[in-house]
Amino acid sequence: MNLYTRRIWKNRIGLTLSMLAMSIGLIALMWILWTLFFRGFSALSWDLFTQDTPAPGSEGGGLRNAIVGSGLILLVSTLISTPVGILAGIYLAEYGKVSRFASMTRFVTDIMLSAPSIVIGLFVYALFVATLGGFSGWSGSVALALIAIPVVVRTTENMLKLVPTSLREAAFSLGAPRWKVSLSVSLRAVQAGVVTGVLLAVARVTGETAPLLFTALNNQFFSTDMSQPMGNLPVVIYQFAMSPYENWIDLAWAGALLIALVVLGLNVFARIAFRKKGQ
Amino acid sequence: MNTLTNADTDEVAQSHASQVARFKRQDKAFHLLTLSLAFLVLAALVGTLVALAIQAMPAFEQFGTAFLWTNVWSVPDEEFGALAAIYGTIITSTIALILAVPISFGIAVFLTETCPAWLRRPLGTAIELLAGVPSIVYGIWGLFIFAPLFAEYAQPALNGLLGDLPVIGPWFTGPPIGLGILTASIILALMVIPFIASVMRDVFETVPDVLKESAYGLGCTTWEVVRNVVLPYTRVGVIGGIMLGLGRALGETMAVTFVIGNANRIVGSLFSPGTSIASTLANEFGEAEPGLHIASLFALGLVLFILTFIVLAISRWLIRRNIGADGV
Repeated sequence: MNLYTRRIWKNRIGLTLSMLAMSIGLIALMWILWTLFFRGFSALSWDLFTQDTPAPGSEGGGLRNAIVGSGLILLVSTLISTPVGILAGIYLAEYGKVSRFASMTRFVTDIMLSAPSIVIGLFVYALFVATLGGFSGWSGSVALALIAIPVVVRTTENMLKLVPTSLREAAFSLGAPRWKVSLSVSLRAVQAGVVTGVLLAVARVTGETAPLLFTALNNQFFSTDMSQPMGNLPVVIYQFAMSPYENWIDLAWAGALLIALVVLGLNVFARIAFRKKGQ
Repeated sequence: MNTLTNADTDEVAQSHASQVARFKRQDKAFHLLTLSLAFLVLAALVGTLVALAIQAMPAFEQFGTAFLWTNVWSVPDEEFGALAAIYGTIITSTIALILAVPISFGIAVFLTETCPAWLRRPLGTAIELLAGVPSIVYGIWGLFIFAPLFAEYAQPALNGLLGDLPVIGPWFTGPPIGLGILTASIILALMVIPFIASVMRDVFETVPDVLKESAYGLGCTTWEVVRNVVLPYTRVGVIGGIMLGLGRALGETMAVTFVIGNANRIVGSLFSPGTSIASTLANEFGEAEPGLHIASLFALGLVLFILTFIVLAISRWLIRRNIGADGV
């Protein structure tokens, strides 16, 4: 085999392997989604939305309390993380281009983006649960907000950096104060991108389980009282999947399907919505 | 015109001045508001470190630094050491990386070099969706679908193939129960592939076309261009991407908790159940009694946080050096 054919073969083998790697990734995604739909759909029924999580050993049951609890916790966490994240992002993009404090904040934000969520749960436990005496929906929301904030900060800042300086200068020359330029000109110009960031942040925390284990805990009964332990989908899935009861395991699959649909739906929606506006 | 008296212009000027002063005050308030919220992010990190350290104090007072390398975890005897959990965390993450890095590299090469342009976007999105799948879904899939199949087909095969080899042989022995260190590592690998692959793709795209084209002009094959032009040019960023994957793998909780088997001990075989820092926390924290047990769990959390902090800091520094300020 001469040098030339050897090089050709090396190239073929290398590229074939890279294609193989790609198909491994795709097969994994398909496989996970397929089993999720297969197992989840067979457990899907109206009872899921109208009945609460069953007691050990009892038949049937649904996920109503967990779905409502998850919704409430997510709503509050989004209400906290969105303004905080956007305003902090504005600071980084509009005020902190060169400041040392801003570059440190950027660094920390990037770390917090990938920091283990279970540690955030421990932090919120130490901060609220241990001091205020008890698990609660509020503390679950705070834990999720802490995870969502870095996502919102980073996307807001990256989007604002795309706003041309001339646009800001035009507003300044009309006599607009700085806060008005930031909110009504810069932020307005990249609205779609910032909304995408918020949606991706919601998607990111929707499936988070670990931080809720020590904060919102769980509640077998229907409750909208945020100062009490609160049922939520991820923790219910975790507990039910690990249980010996058939109907609990089925409910866990149905819950996993619901969460995956919401998360992947938000991901896809955010991408499509943003692409249209971006072009 | 001449109806405008001196008093009028004074008034206009005055209201103008007060308007400017008001804007200034508002600006200051707005600056302060955004600054303090940005500070909140910093405070969250410092606060996490401090809170964990305070809560972990009793454990370190009791066991000293030996906590880190003692292999004991007994709730009834109140004897705690982190070695088994640290071992499990590091071994699963290492195996996950060994599996994930070549696959991610392949995906990135495919997406940047060989993939037809019209497929690039959908395939890239598919890989990113893999990153979006919640970890609890990986967990439930790993527990009910992957682990049984792995126990039935892959473990006996691996045992037959590698079980008799010197040194690495013992890693692949033991009862094929499906749940254990190796299963957790494989699920972890699947979870970090999208993160590593998308960083690699992003840094590969920073290679100037001129460089690649001149190599092609010399008659290089695609593989040679990747090996000798793209990879050397992006080396720093590629390592950054791998470190990002490592940071993710170290702290991953739910998926690992589902499939690692949760046995607090160190065993030579990769088939046997183990534990990791994150899965120990997920399993025991809810039921732990206040006192040494809780403190030891906080100490585990502190170790995990510091470990991932260092890894992620290195990763960010490397990726930034390669991509520039926009980063990932």
